[in-house]
Amino acid sequence: MNNRKSEGILAEFENPAELIHAAEKLRDANYNDFDCHSPFPIHGMDRAMGEKRSILGWIVGPVAFIMAIFGFLFEGWTSVIAYPLVISGKPLFSYPAFGVVAFALMILFSAFTSLFGMLALNKLPRYHHPVFYSDNFSKVSDNGFFVSIEATDAKYADDDAKNFLISIGGKNIEFLIDND
Amino acid sequence: MKFDATTFKLTEFKSVQKRSLIIGILGLLVTAVGYFINTDQFFFSYLIAYLFWVSIALGALFFVLLFHLTGTIWGVAIRRILETLIKILPILAVFFIPILFGVHHLYHWSHVADVATDPILSKKVGYLNIPFFAIRTAFYFGIWYLIAQKLYKTSIVMDSGATIDQIQKLRKISAPSMIIFALTTTFASFDWIMSLYPHWYSTIFGLYFFSGGLVGVLGFMIYFGLYLNKRGVMNEIITVEHYHNLATFTFGFIIFWGYMAFSQYLLIWYANIPEETIFYLQRSQGTWSILNKTLVIGHFAIPFVGLLTRNSKRNFTYLKYMALFILAMHWIDLYWVVMPTLHKTGIKFSIFDLTSLIGIGGIFMWLFWTQFGKHAITPYRDPKFMKSVKHEVPYS
Repeated sequence: MNNRKSEGILAEFENPAELIHAAEKLRDANYNDFDCHSPFPIHGMDRAMGEKRSILGWIVGPVAFIMAIFGFLFEGWTSVIAYPLVISGKPLFSYPAFGVVAFALMILFSAFTSLFGMLALNKLPRYHHPVFYSDNFSKVSDNGFFVSIEATDAKYADDDAKNFLISIGGKNIEFLIDND
Repeated sequence: MKFDATTFKLTEFKSVQKRSLIIGILGLLVTAVGYFINTDQFFFSYLIAYLFWVSIALGALFFVLLFHLTGTIWGVAIRRILETLIKILPILAVFFIPILFGVHHLYHWSHVADVATDPILSKKVGYLNIPFFAIRTAFYFGIWYLIAQKLYKTSIVMDSGATIDQIQKLRKISAPSMIIFALTTTFASFDWIMSLYPHWYSTIFGLYFFSGGLVGVLGFMIYFGLYLNKRGVMNEIITVEHYHNLATFTFGFIIFWGYMAFSQYLLIWYANIPEETIFYLQRSQGTWSILNKTLVIGHFAIPFVGLLTRNSKRNFTYLKYMALFILAMHWIDLYWVVMPTLHKTGIKFSIFDLTSLIGIGGIFMWLFWTQFGKHAITPYRDPKFMKSVKHEVPYS
């Protein structure tokens, strides 16, 4: 059992303030693949962890723009070229009516892109995460404040990470090892 | 202008107050000359300028009610500026008196002889007649006075120690007031603007006027806040986070305005009934069609794209010019709605359009500064005040 490689390390902290300090120290020590877990959102955590702004907006924006134009042109193509029907005596290219479809498509696809883009950027859905090897971790939905570092981090080495977490005040430190 | 950080009051603001008054009086005097040169032009210019400033104060009333109803945190820091605006809203009733005198120049339905021969107007005479028109306007301002007085007074009392009762009271007042506000604003816009073309009607018109006022007050707030900050007033209280939120609101209500404008247009265009399409037909005559496009681009597209990103909402220089641009567009919007009644063939700008705007604006700002200087300029004893000052807009 002990010869299995650890997939990460988990440390517990007393309260949200300590968790924020721990995050700042991990950030300053150039760890990247670490995460903080708490029962509720903590203000300033994104900055403490050195999180960059999500690029999601730059994905949704162009999609919205393209879909609005697509909706407009598609409606135009159906009413002028594909099915040229005169409706209530209006010209075939009655662009005020196309605005609604363009708008609706823009909103619809923006919403889809936001939702699925968010999931993709967060690498969701996933069935499992190494932190669930820990029994202690179940406290996270109640009163536990945890930091986990994943083994995929370039700087990660079992003993270094453990010593570092002890030095910043982590308690109940455990390696995340597949134990079944 | 100085800011006393212990009492949260303005000091040494008399010069700007006096300057507003002088500009206001000069503006109104020059406008008054217009009465003798071109009476019709005078009244129409005056009406547009009047609507511009009233709509800003009405927008402020909406936001104060909204803040109390939603229990805002970020908005507490800027609430007193809005409250000052609603406090002076009832005083603007005085400026309605010239409009009552000019009712024959402005409103076609006031000509009894014409109405008698017009089958449609003669059926509307029960609503559209001068005494009832005046009574209704007095009623709107009376209601707004009652609401504003209650909200303002309670907020001032809270400056010497807030209790839970006052916060609950403010919320209790706000809920019915919001409904009353919606109804009075709608009917005020029907009376003051829509009845300029008594044959025409649009049920969404109240919302259209209201959405323009919201955009107007947000432009005013951004510009005025930056004006104070530039003079070292409330720099630590109104921070970039508050401007971010104001700009987000502006962005949202620009879309709301566009939505209202487009909904009104689309339904009328689609149904294609002559008595409804007359409104847009008038506005596509001659040079008026330029203003159509100006509004679509300037009142919607430019602010929409221009306020889309986070950085644009947090850049003060940029926001200042954007706020001025939006205020200018709000005025053009009112001009586009009102003026084609007078100048049917095309745009004819007049110097009195400008002087009446400056004249009423000067008096408006004079009233504003007078009221603003009387009490603390931010509700600093509100329980949520410190939270509001420390407010941060998270990354999104």
